[in-house]
Amino acid sequence: MRKYILVRALYSVITLWLLVSIVFAMVRLTGDPVKMKGEVGADATYLERIRHDWGLDQPLYRQYTNYIGNLLRGDFGHSFEKSLPVRTIYFERLPNSLKLGFAAFVISIVLGVPLGMLSALKVNSWWDNVGKMIALLGLSMPGFFVGMVLMIIFGIELGWLPVLGKGSSTFAWSNPSTWVPFWFRDWPHLVMPAFALGWYFSGAMLRITRSGMLDVLGSDYIKLVRLKGVPERMVVAKHALKNSMIPVLTFAGLNLLIMVNVAVVIEVIFNWPGVGQLLYDGLSNRDFPMVQGVVLMSGLMIVVLNFTIDVLYGYVDPRIRLSR
Amino acid sequence: MATIPVRATPIGNLSRVARRSYRIVAEIPSLPLLMLSILAFVAVFAPVIAPHGKLDPVKPTPEQCQAKFGMANCPYVDNVPPFWTRGGTFDTPLGTDFLGRDVLSRLMYGAQISLVVALTGTLFAGGIGTLLGVLAGYMGKWWDQVIMRITDAWLTLPSLVFAILLSSVRGPGVWNVVLILALVFWSRYSRAVRGEVLALREREFVRLAEINGIGKLKIIRRHLIPNVMNTVMVLFSLQVGVAVIIEASLSFLGVGVPPPEPSWGLMMAQERESLMEGKWWLAVFPGICITMLVLSANMLGDWLRVRLDPQLRNR
Amino acid sequence: MPPLLRVKDLRAYYFGFRGTRVVKAIDGVSFSLEAGETFGLVGESGCGKTSTCHAIVRLLPASARIVGGRIELEGEDLLGKSQAEMREIRGRRIATILQDPMASLDPLFTIYDQVAEPAYYHRALRGPRLRQRVKELLSAVRIPSPERRMKDLPHQMSGGMRQRIVGAIALAGGPQVIIADEPTTNLDVTIQLQYLNLLKDLQRASGVALIFVTHNLGIVAKMCDKVAVMYAGKIVEMQSVRGLFYHPRHPYTRALLNSIPKLGTKAPLYIIPGQPPDLSHLPAGCSFQPRCASAMERCRVEEPSEQHLDDGATTRCWLPLHEATTRG
Repeated sequence: MRKYILVRALYSVITLWLLVSIVFAMVRLTGDPVKMKGEVGADATYLERIRHDWGLDQPLYRQYTNYIGNLLRGDFGHSFEKSLPVRTIYFERLPNSLKLGFAAFVISIVLGVPLGMLSALKVNSWWDNVGKMIALLGLSMPGFFVGMVLMIIFGIELGWLPVLGKGSSTFAWSNPSTWVPFWFRDWPHLVMPAFALGWYFSGAMLRITRSGMLDVLGSDYIKLVRLKGVPERMVVAKHALKNSMIPVLTFAGLNLLIMVNVAVVIEVIFNWPGVGQLLYDGLSNRDFPMVQGVVLMSGLMIVVLNFTIDVLYGYVDPRIRLSR
Repeated sequence: MATIPVRATPIGNLSRVARRSYRIVAEIPSLPLLMLSILAFVAVFAPVIAPHGKLDPVKPTPEQCQAKFGMANCPYVDNVPPFWTRGGTFDTPLGTDFLGRDVLSRLMYGAQISLVVALTGTLFAGGIGTLLGVLAGYMGKWWDQVIMRITDAWLTLPSLVFAILLSSVRGPGVWNVVLILALVFWSRYSRAVRGEVLALREREFVRLAEINGIGKLKIIRRHLIPNVMNTVMVLFSLQVGVAVIIEASLSFLGVGVPPPEPSWGLMMAQERESLMEGKWWLAVFPGICITMLVLSANMLGDWLRVRLDPQLRNR
Repeated sequence: MPPLLRVKDLRAYYFGFRGTRVVKAIDGVSFSLEAGETFGLVGESGCGKTSTCHAIVRLLPASARIVGGRIELEGEDLLGKSQAEMREIRGRRIATILQDPMASLDPLFTIYDQVAEPAYYHRALRGPRLRQRVKELLSAVRIPSPERRMKDLPHQMSGGMRQRIVGAIALAGGPQVIIADEPTTNLDVTIQLQYLNLLKDLQRASGVALIFVTHNLGIVAKMCDKVAVMYAGKIVEMQSVRGLFYHPRHPYTRALLNSIPKLGTKAPLYIIPGQPPDLSHLPAGCSFQPRCASAMERCRVEEPSEQHLDDGATTRCWLPLHEATTRG
């Protein structure tokens, strides 16, 4: 177990380093960060000053060492527009995105997993075909489209749910009394954006559950359990379920990370103040350091959370837990 | 209970040839192919079949001008609803947008954009990714480690977020989007292709070629690449859908295809304010188009995947 | 007294591609089994031996259907039973041992859990009595320190031990018949003998009847009383083991015996020419005829019926008739 953790940790560090380097390289190779500002029609001296401020006039290797140095110190850049470190703004907004992400995660599991299991148990039947169609639809309708449709039907026409914003509850890192109630309040605001975000992933969850379940149901040990004469419901409930949950949960965990990050468009539509909206703000304000900073923070979060999931996975799977 | 009768299928009574043809035809994914053909047809022939232009407002009738502005003449009438609602006309069957342009025509031209961008972007991504995957899988050792570590790190970056980053330094524009798509998605291919190549490398015909002294490049070209095409094709068709959605998202956020080009995503973005006023058709129709395109691409991709992997056939 | 297990003219086909492709996996199999008897089922891969095992307990895959014949356990018709009724039979009266010990055990459950399951469901044992029973079973299959090993997980055991545990699982329900489908094929050669001896001892102790499926004639010689040779979904010869080895009747059996390499000679290895047939496109007449050295005109046209010979052997071949008539 210990060796496993060490290996995963090393791997995570390498991935992180490569990730930030890729961001560095791609940004400089494909274009010019200053260009964003330039489109507003600013004059050359202004652009030169920005270039200097952002350190872009230095030789490449200097830029790189500064870049890595900053990152190691936890400096992810300063927002040009807001004059605050990106890290601060990011963490301020992060709980909102997490709340949205969790809700979408729950929805995707509640919708996708039972339907996936049903599809697998009644494979190739009418139920299965319906399940497969639902999954396809989920994967084909872009989240923002679903969001807009929901908005039209439930927000505007029927007026049942509030359309914009996240409600008044906030999560303040400095104020512990807000830490718990934040997750449970204002859920009417949460419903539509969470559904719009989770819809796509419930399609993916359905598929993974279905194929995972089918794999398990076709395995030799399940065959033996059946040959033992164990009642069918126990075959499913006791053996098939537990074995198929491992890949499903890993997948779900990874999905959570993806969800938090691609919620950009949903956050924009519903005016949900999360990290995705920060990206959009950065774009609108032509605030490149903000955009880059958010991307880097997202990458960091993902690597850290991937590592955590790997460790948890190691605990769950007895084959790893009991090894040296 | 003596005998359980064999269910007599009508098919079972036909001749062998007929049976085989039935088997082939029944397995063709007719629905997605039909949808894709329609979309492709519309995309190619849009300039011919679209009722109006894509950029110019529709010339309104005096009645419309009268009804909207109380004047006899006006340059355009905006926000005309679809023909089945009150205030709509057959002339602009799906309504007009905030600048008086015909929604249906713009949707048709939009098909061009979506298809071209998604296909070329995915093509480039596939090309780069396959090449790197083959190199990683076949050349082994150093190549493999380096390329795969980079691929893994690349895969860790969420696609939309990365795409936004790149478009912020590159700027909006159709070909920029294609470039971005290629840069964001190549890593998906290299991972899958490398896996295939690792397996292929051990097969006899590759070993035989190596023993006969055929150069590595030639082996790659003649043996490896044709044999990974199965996987690549499946991945390609599944990725096209994703590419369409990313392009639409980028355009929606304003950093993809720039106005006044009628990208479906852009069309949906432009109508956000009007949404509040109940002008639903401007956002819904482009969304339906996107869904149809992605759905048929996904269905086709699924069919290909099942067809090309014999183990999955009976699921 | 009806035999313990009787299979009569069993036919099971696999239907693919919406019924356009029919694979005749089992095409007229008949045999019977008495208590305490070991019955061997031999044949090449794909001849239908595993399908027969699954068919007996009605666990064929969804694309297969039993289309004819009878299966009787102590006189009770098994084909007419519902799946719920069959679940009473599986594990409790007919148990099965599969080929791959690694794949047979659920990786997430302890040995105790898996061995206890049949006893729990079929013998209604609970608590300390259940623990006792599991301990007895593990000792019977010669697992050292059973108390301790009960708590282990499958991946902590060696291949040989796992297969013995699978044997313990088979015994747990107290069955009358055990079907062993190539149980030693995946084991090391050194372990195989141990395992076979164990099976024989268990059988003698419990009086259980054993159906032993294998492609290894050597094992048949050691373990079985009666043996049937299968080819293309049919039993082509069935006799006592002595009879089969000393007086093989069917050309296929003779070919199989010939192809066993013999120590002490440098004779070239004998290979049966040709390939096993495609079960969806069987040749006309006898299924073995394209590869048979003694094939006659009749074999190409008419499928041989079962010939019951005076020494108790059964064979599906025209040869004995031919020999009898030509001898006058």
